[in-house]
Formats: sequence, C-alpha cells, structure tokens
Amino acid sequence: MHIKQELTERHVLTLTVDNEAGTLARIAGMFTSRGYNIDSLTVADISEDHTTSRITIVTRGPPPVIDQIIAQCERLIPVHKVTDLTEAGPHVERELALVKVRGTGDQRVEAMRLADIYRARVIDATVNSFIFEITGGPDKIDTFVALMREVGLVEVGRTGIVGLMRGAEGS
Amino acid sequence: MSEDFIVPEKSGAEILIDTLIEQGVDTVFGYPGGAVLPIYDALFQHKKIRHVLVRHEAGAAHAAEGYARSTGKPGVVLVTSGPGATNAVTGIADAFMDSIPLIVLTGQVATNLIGSDAFQEADTVGITRHCSKHNYLVKDPADLASTVREAFAIATKGRPGPVVIDIPKNVQVATTSTHVKRATSSRFNPAGEADYAEINRAVELLANAKAPILYTGGGIINSGSDASAALRELAELCGAPVTSTLMGLGAYPASGDAWLGMLGMHGTYEANMAMNQCDVMLCLGARFDDRVTGRLDAFSPDSIKIHIDIDRSSINKTVRVDLPIVADVGAAIRQMIEVWKGRKYKAAALDDWWARIKGWRAVDCLSYPGSTQEIMPQYAIERLFAATKDKSPIITTEVGQHQMWAAQHFHFDAPNKWLTSGGLGTMGYGLPAAVGAQMGNPDALVIDIAGEASIQMNIQEMATATQYRLPVKVFILNNEWMGMVRQWQELTYESRFSESYSDSLPDFVALAEAYGWKGIRCSDPAKLDDAIAEMLAYDGPVMFDCRVHKTSNCFPMIPSGAAHTDMILHSDEVSGTMDDEAKALV
Ligand SMILES: Cc1ncc(C[n+]2csc(CCOP(=O)(O)OP(=O)(O)O)c2C)c(N)n1
Ligand SMILES: [Mg+2]
Repeated sequence: MHIKQELTERHVLTLTVDNEAGTLARIAGMFTSRGYNIDSLTVADISEDHTTSRITIVTRGPPPVIDQIIAQCERLIPVHKVTDLTEAGPHVERELALVKVRGTGDQRVEAMRLADIYRARVIDATVNSFIFEITGGPDKIDTFVALMREVGLVEVGRTGIVGLMRGAEGS
Repeated sequence: MSEDFIVPEKSGAEILIDTLIEQGVDTVFGYPGGAVLPIYDALFQHKKIRHVLVRHEAGAAHAAEGYARSTGKPGVVLVTSGPGATNAVTGIADAFMDSIPLIVLTGQVATNLIGSDAFQEADTVGITRHCSKHNYLVKDPADLASTVREAFAIATKGRPGPVVIDIPKNVQVATTSTHVKRATSSRFNPAGEADYAEINRAVELLANAKAPILYTGGGIINSGSDASAALRELAELCGAPVTSTLMGLGAYPASGDAWLGMLGMHGTYEANMAMNQCDVMLCLGARFDDRVTGRLDAFSPDSIKIHIDIDRSSINKTVRVDLPIVADVGAAIRQMIEVWKGRKYKAAALDDWWARIKGWRAVDCLSYPGSTQEIMPQYAIERLFAATKDKSPIITTEVGQHQMWAAQHFHFDAPNKWLTSGGLGTMGYGLPAAVGAQMGNPDALVIDIAGEASIQMNIQEMATATQYRLPVKVFILNNEWMGMVRQWQELTYESRFSESYSDSLPDFVALAEAYGWKGIRCSDPAKLDDAIAEMLAYDGPVMFDCRVHKTSNCFPMIPSGAAHTDMILHSDEVSGTMDDEAKALV
C-alpha cells in the first residue's frame, strides 16, 4: 500500500481576528492538527484601538480542502471574517525580502546591475557586501533570489505575503 | 471599547462562584488540589452549589457530560492545575467530538510562575486548545465575570462544546472592585433560522421524492426537545423513513412506524440499504462520519443530498451535498413544516419505496443464534429493555460490542435518554456519565450498559455513587474479552488474538460489595429475568455481572472501507483477512 497524493491549488486567505493572546497559536495549530499546509503566514495589528489583527495565510490544497480550511477558520471564536482572495477575484499580493550578497569585482558589479533591473534598493553596503531590499509578488522575489545565488548570496529574510482586493471595496 | 463596572470588592474565587450561580449552575463535578484551594474555600461558604467529589478528574469530565446530555444544561467541571487538568483532557476531547456543552474550570500556578516549570504547572491552554471549542487563561480577576459569561454562551450556543477557563491561583486570591465588560459584538454569532429560499427548495425536493429518507443525528438532540418533536411532525407529513446515527437515537421514537433503526457500520440492513438506494436524502444535524458512510465513493451514489447543520464546517467535509443549509436544525425543521403546510403539499405516493423497505426488513438483520445454555449478549439487552422500557430509563454505555448491541437492541422513544461516547469512543465513559445523569435526574432509572474491560477504566467512580447515594445500575455484558477488538482480529487478522483477552478479572460481585454496592451475577438464561428484576428492585447502586456467550460477534457490520451494500450479516460470511487498504482504516 502507498500513500496517495492529491493535486493542490494555492490560495491566499485573509483573516480578521481578535488581537488577543493565543489567537495566532489557535489558527496556526488548527492548520497543523488538521494536516493543512501553510506556505506563509503574516500577522499584524491593524486597528486604531489595537483590538483587531489581520492575518494573511498562503495555503495549498485540493478545492474541497480549501473550502474546509475556510470553514474551520470561521469556526474559531476569535476569527471574525475569512476572505479567500484567490476566489474573490482581482487582488494584489506583495512581499518584502532582504537579500545579503557578498562579492568583489565583476560579481559585485553584476549584483548591482541585477538589483537595478529588479528595482531592489541598497539598504546596507560594505566594500565586499550589499543588503538589498526588494518588494513584489512572490514570483519576482523568487527569481531575484535565484539570480543572487549566482553572484554570492549569503542569506535572505522574507516577510511572507500580504494581500488586498483590487478596487474601492474592502474585503 | 469597554465600559467597566464598579462593584463591591471581591476575590477572584468569589466572583467566579457568584457568576456560576448567576448562570444557573447548581452542580459542579470536581476534585480539589493546591491550585484551586481558594475556589474550594469559596465553595465551602456557598451552599447554593452542590459539589460532587469524583475519584478521578476524567470521571469529573464524563460525569459533567452525562449531566449535560441528560438535562440539556451545561456541565461544570472544577479541577486543579497540572495533573488535575491533564486527567480531565480525555473528557474534554470527548465532549468536543460529541458536541456536549461543558465549562471546565482549571486551576493554574500563579501568573508570575507561569512558564517556570513550577510545581504542578502544565500548559493547560496549550494542551486543550485543539480539543475544546474555546479556552481562556484569565490573568486579572476583573476579567473573570465577563469571561465566565462568554464561556457559557460559547459552550451552549451554536454547535455546543467544552470551554476551558484556566485560572491562576493568584487571580483567585486577588480582589477587585471593577469588572471589565467584554465587547461581544460580532465575536460569536451562531446560525439561527435558515434562508427561506433554501427551505422552499428542500421542501420541494422532499415532496417530489420517490424514495426519500431522513438521516438524523445528534444535532437534533442538541437543538432541544422541540427539535425532536418537530422531526416527528415532519416525518409524519412527508411519510419518509427515518434513520439515525448513534448520537441521534431517541430524537425519532424507535416505536414509530417510519423508524428504520440506526445506520452505519453496525446499523440495520434496512437503514443502510435505504440510504444507498434513496433518491433524496435529508441529513438533519448529522455529519457524514466515516462510521456512517462506509466507502465514500459508493455512499448513496444516486441521491440528491440536502444537509442542514449549524456548523458550516460539517457541510461538504467528506461528502459533497447538493443543497447545503447552515442553520439551527430545530428551527429549520419547523420552517420546513411551515412551508409544507403553507403550500399544502401532500405526501407523495411512496408505496413502492416502502415495499422495497419491507423487503429489506424481512432480512431480519438483528436476529442472532439463540441458546438455552448461555446468555447471548443480544438477548441480555432485549430482556433488560423489556424489563425497563416502561420506566423510560437513561442508558449510558462504555465502548465496544456491548455499546453497539445496546444501540441495536435497546430502543429509545425520547431524546436525552441515550448517553454514549460516539466520536471519541472513550472506554470508561459510561459509569461516570451515569453518575452525572443520576445527579441531574434523581428520580430516573440510570443504567450503564458496560463491558468487563471498559468498566475497569473508571471503576473508581463507584465510590462517588456510594457517597452521594446514587442508585445507578451497572449492567456488565461480561464476555471475558475486549470483544470489539477480538472481533476485528477475527475478521481482519485471521484470529490472531493479540492482547485482547480480559485476563485477571476482578470478582465483580465482591468488588460491588467492597464499595457498598449490591452485586448480582447471572449466567443462566432461564434466571436472567429474575436477576434483572432483583437489580431493579434494589434501592441503591447495583453491579450486575452478566456472563454472556464469549465469542459472539456484533452484526450486521460494514467492514471499514466497504460500501453499504457490502454488509456482513452473519459470521459465516466472514473471510478472516483484509487487504492493506482496509487494514489502514480505523
Ligand atoms: C480508552 C480506550 N482505549 C482503547 C479503546 C479501543 N477499544 C475499543 S473497544 C475495546 C474493547 C472493549 O472491551 P469491553 O469493554 O469488554 O467491551 P466488549 O467489546 O467486550 O463489549 C477497546 C480496547 C477505546 N475505545 N478506548
Ligand atoms: Mg468484553
């Protein structure tokens, strides 16, 4: 007998939640305990009175599982609203990465040239290193990091994705 | 956001007790310890709350479940930190799976010690996070009253479940004169009535069905006795047959004409065949559990499925349905009745459908080989039912074959009379649940139908029954085996009976006497009725050691991973092996 694998889809979910102790653990733990995937998760306080946070989760699964994930999130008491940006229509996704490269001579010039093309900003520089700051969709960042690998990548830090619906309406 | 109340200065423990009383609590099941001493001291001063001292915290949680399931009120548990809380976890998980409203109050080490591996510290909130409906760690006595109030609302509204409140010892001792008001706004809004467009559609489908079935579950019991009454009316109006999950028994009366018996793994042939062959399935407060559906791709392949449930995550979880309706099932059934009557629908001609059902009934799937030498376990249940049915007993069970035989051969005409661990399948549930049910229903006849293995898992609760003079009856179908395990080994592992024999059993009669109970033993079918009468006549707790045929198997059975149409009806159809795919299923 072998374990079967199913075809999966990537979905970006945003959750409006109560900003209280344990909320993040409850949501992240629910994903693990039910065997759902988390590609990335970001969370920050978004309300003036600090009572509400917004969580963006990138997950993956067959469509019925995505539907279950949303229902299971909604079942949690501190979760007020769940929006599936991928289903809801046009939306933007952005991520920020800090990318450190080391090198001298041609390598250094090439890193600078690539950063320019990708509109990455230099936020730290020494004679033999740079830290670039880059924002964009996850594909752009993946490609940029792959290129930096060729020219002396030391390390990367990524925030994970935040997303919003396009247009005037809130989600 | 919050407007705080100013009140007389009180300790956290006093605020807790006051709020419990305000919430209508009259009984608490608990066990003391260092981290809850301030609460126990406050309890000592208040005579309004009866505290039931269990003998193990698992017993407290199951007793509270039994109390809740039989009274419709939330059950309240009070245990100490660390081992007190971890001992209660099985009962919390059990209540979570079976949607039983519980408030579990756990002591915790003082806030300044949390995280320091202090004596009897456990991360109760972390441990119970995914087996409770919600949980809290209260760090300020000013938050206690509003937290407890919210906890009762969460435990009882929507799909019920256990809520844990972890209270550090210093929060119990500290005093305050303010109460923080909680902004409950949109935080918890369970579904109520259904959308009329959906109800109209459901009624239309049901009225035009040629082979409809009502597949009912524990949600109807949770929705309240009104929901059971409404179910009966709807069944009458539409003329459809009714089946139920293990958790829903009693919502529709077993003596009703439309009753097909329980469905699923050990359900009746007629219920499972009707589920397989129906054209419209109306699922009411059930959740397409794997014990019910069998092999998913063969589950009721040609039917239109309507699913009414208060928990949206129960809909389309395993089986895709055609008409999902998120609503309180009792309210939705009443809406269906209203629409049915308003539009003057007539029950369709279902004669052909009922004729087919009659054919399936004729198989007589619950028949079993008789014996004059030995008590057959099914016979024991039948005789127990015959002797008690006029007393409308509350039946609890442990887990195993005896539980399934009780579900098959004991019949329930009313809700809240059948208390069993369905979702988690917890051995050791039945005795403490009987204690809790008897506390909540002092005049009722409460019987735990037990197995000799399961009863030993919470046997210490016999002392609780003795202390509070609870006349519970424990009826043990003693087959000297973990019968359900033995059955699976016979069916799946070519009768290699690995560790399933109940060796070194205690003398249950002597044990009963040691606890101050009456003990009765019977192994002769001819004497069974008299022995049962003796048990019922005794005004106190009785342990009945009913020695039954040792190797009987529970049939019918849908082997795990098989379709409803592949039921095993009798032992001679059993092959003794299974492929790995089937072995991998629970
Ligand atoms: C706490 C717990 N441990 C193990 C099991 C697995 N299990 C299910 S039924 C069963 C045997 C029960 O034996 P007994 O109580 O004698 O009942 P019988 O099947 O013989 O009627 C076991 C071990 C369980 N359900 N619960
Ligand atoms: Mg047994």
